[in-house]
Amino acid sequence: MKIAVLVKQVPDTETKIKTKADGSGIEADGVKYIVGPYDENAIEEAIKTKEKNAGSEVTVISLGPVRSVEAIRTALAMGCDKAIHIDDENSNPDAYVTAKALAKVIADKGFEIVFTGKQAIDQDNSQVTQQVAEFLGWPQVMLVEKLEIAGGKATATRRVSGGKEVYEVPLPAIFGCEKGLNTPRYASLPGIMKAKTKPVETLKLSAEKGDAQPKVVLSNFRLPPEKAPGRMIAGDAAAQVKELVRALREEAKVI
Amino acid sequence: MGNVLIFAEHQDGKLKKTSLELASKASELAGKIGGIAEAVLIGNNIDALANELAPYGIKKVTVVHSPKLEKYNTLGYVNALAGIVKELNPDIFLATASPAGKDFFPRLAARLDTGLASDAVDLKIDGDGKLLATRPIYSGKALVDLKIPNSKPQMALIRPNSFGVGAAQAGATAEVVKKDVDVGDMKAEMKEFVKGASDKVDLTEAEIIVSGGRAMKEAANFKILQDLADVIGATVGASRAAVDSGYAPHEMQVGQTGKVVNPKLYMAFGISGAIQHLAGMRTSKVIVAVNKDPEAPIFQKADYGIVGDLFEIVPLLTAEFKKVLGE
Ligand SMILES: Cc1cc2nc3c(=O)[nH]c(=O)nc-3n(C[C@H](O)[C@H](O)[C@H](O)COP(=O)(O)OP(=O)(O)OC[C@H]3O[C@@H](n4cnc5c(N)ncnc54)[C@H](O)[C@@H]3O)c2cc1C
Ligand SMILES: Nc1ncnc2c1ncn2[C@@H]1O[C@H](COP(=O)(O)O)[C@@H](O)[C@H]1O
Repeated sequence: MKIAVLVKQVPDTETKIKTKADGSGIEADGVKYIVGPYDENAIEEAIKTKEKNAGSEVTVISLGPVRSVEAIRTALAMGCDKAIHIDDENSNPDAYVTAKALAKVIADKGFEIVFTGKQAIDQDNSQVTQQVAEFLGWPQVMLVEKLEIAGGKATATRRVSGGKEVYEVPLPAIFGCEKGLNTPRYASLPGIMKAKTKPVETLKLSAEKGDAQPKVVLSNFRLPPEKAPGRMIAGDAAAQVKELVRALREEAKVI
Repeated sequence: MGNVLIFAEHQDGKLKKTSLELASKASELAGKIGGIAEAVLIGNNIDALANELAPYGIKKVTVVHSPKLEKYNTLGYVNALAGIVKELNPDIFLATASPAGKDFFPRLAARLDTGLASDAVDLKIDGDGKLLATRPIYSGKALVDLKIPNSKPQMALIRPNSFGVGAAQAGATAEVVKKDVDVGDMKAEMKEFVKGASDKVDLTEAEIIVSGGRAMKEAANFKILQDLADVIGATVGASRAAVDSGYAPHEMQVGQTGKVVNPKLYMAFGISGAIQHLAGMRTSKVIVAVNKDPEAPIFQKADYGIVGDLFEIVPLLTAEFKKVLGE
């Protein structure tokens, strides 16, 4: 089976985000980058699928600036076989353009199953998976918590409000992975060594996106307004509780 | 001059409250661009719900009907709605950032070759008459404004509880148009819906949440939070430490790798306030923290803080609320 996993390099969850003074974006200085946490689940599921289907191969694909190759190496060290880096030529494309280019590369290379994270934790868009599916004309399942593949079909479970939905989809298909799906493996030392020699093909976004134009314009990047300092409620437990209940009802009026 | 369309969601034969919230906002926005607020409802035999939107400012409801849409289906919704939306030709199209909305709206935006703002928490009409959506990014560590300048409709998914439901106008009516649609090739088939154990409002839509952290010590202790939740109509959440320790299931996790919630009241019991937990609940209108440690970082985000032992405070709170709410 020809398997692809889509990975985006994103700021570490611990990173302090600073916005540029003119509101045009995020300060890149001091940002540490990682593979998105949900993308790690996607990588794990791709490798597991390969292990269960003899003769399969996993290609990791990342679209982004040159630094994205670090994320690619991590995925290769975990066990992906080869990689494609689509250089965004520092154009920082929106979801629509990203999905157009990824879909073209997936179609050109003839992948049969694609794994993604449910969401990239930079802009928290959660759009690329669904839009890649649309441009390919494939079925999608988002928020996948459980997956079984057999006989050219997949059975995927996703969590929604009030319960779980179980889908049966024919392949090719794309799966947006949720945290509970699996436990991502760590890259082993031999894995890290091997990753250095695995092939990485480089493509250019300008060549892969066709005539796609961005659909959204972002402006006024800013930090959220500081919350006014809260109030510590003193006294013994009984007095604290009484005052809290009063404050929630009379001041905050939320109960 | 253009209209604002909303996707009105329903569950178990009832309109979701978030749909009324959308209706109220849509009617305000429509006023500003000189159009009307209208809605699409999609499903099988759901005509009866159409009239419930009128009191919140919806003037026209298109009921998209197909026996094949008894259950949710991504491509079924996208195939059915793409044609209807082109026909209605709204300026703005809004849906709730629910699991269904987040699933099909991005795909529909791609089908319509237009842009989408995910998880918007504020919507305005800018000076040029275009929608300006404000959305949290980097798990709420920053905000950005988003516009869709050159394509139509301008689409946005709204985080529940961002605006609240406006006042209802009794006696208001809406024009109702029923359309039978062809759902086309749906490709995926929902084999089964497994109903969750709890019939509580989902965390992502809850107006009040009480959450427990590692300090809960064991799964059985979540009972005291459940008792409190029952008294004040809340949904129970948990930190990742509580989930990883096996005290609560992953579906209860709030945070970066759990659910993003937006209640009017969030109460954190024995949760330290790690950045990844804040990522899931920082937009809560009012935050209460109860923690033994006066230095716990959660107190910096709290509107009201109590330094104390949760095992002492929670039962007292339950009793006190019972008393005052019973009066
Ligand atoms: C990539 C990544 C993703 C993550 N995603 C999430 C996420 O989605 N959600 C999440 O919550 N975390 C997440 N985390 C974990 C996060 O960093 C913290 O480890 C976690 O939130 C800590 O949970 P806690 O506050 O319950 O536990 P602790 O940090 O151990 O805090 C327990 C608190 O309880 C207090 N306490 C102890 N006993 C009592 C008592 N009897 N009464 C009152 N207070 C008491 C203590 O003073 C302490 O402040 C993530 C981490 C990473 C690296
Ligand atoms: N630039 C990119 N390169 C590769 N994969 C991406 C890229 N952007 C998004 N993805 C994939 O799509 C998922 C959802 O991303 P998003 O829609 O941006 O939240 C991510 O978890 C990745 O798996």
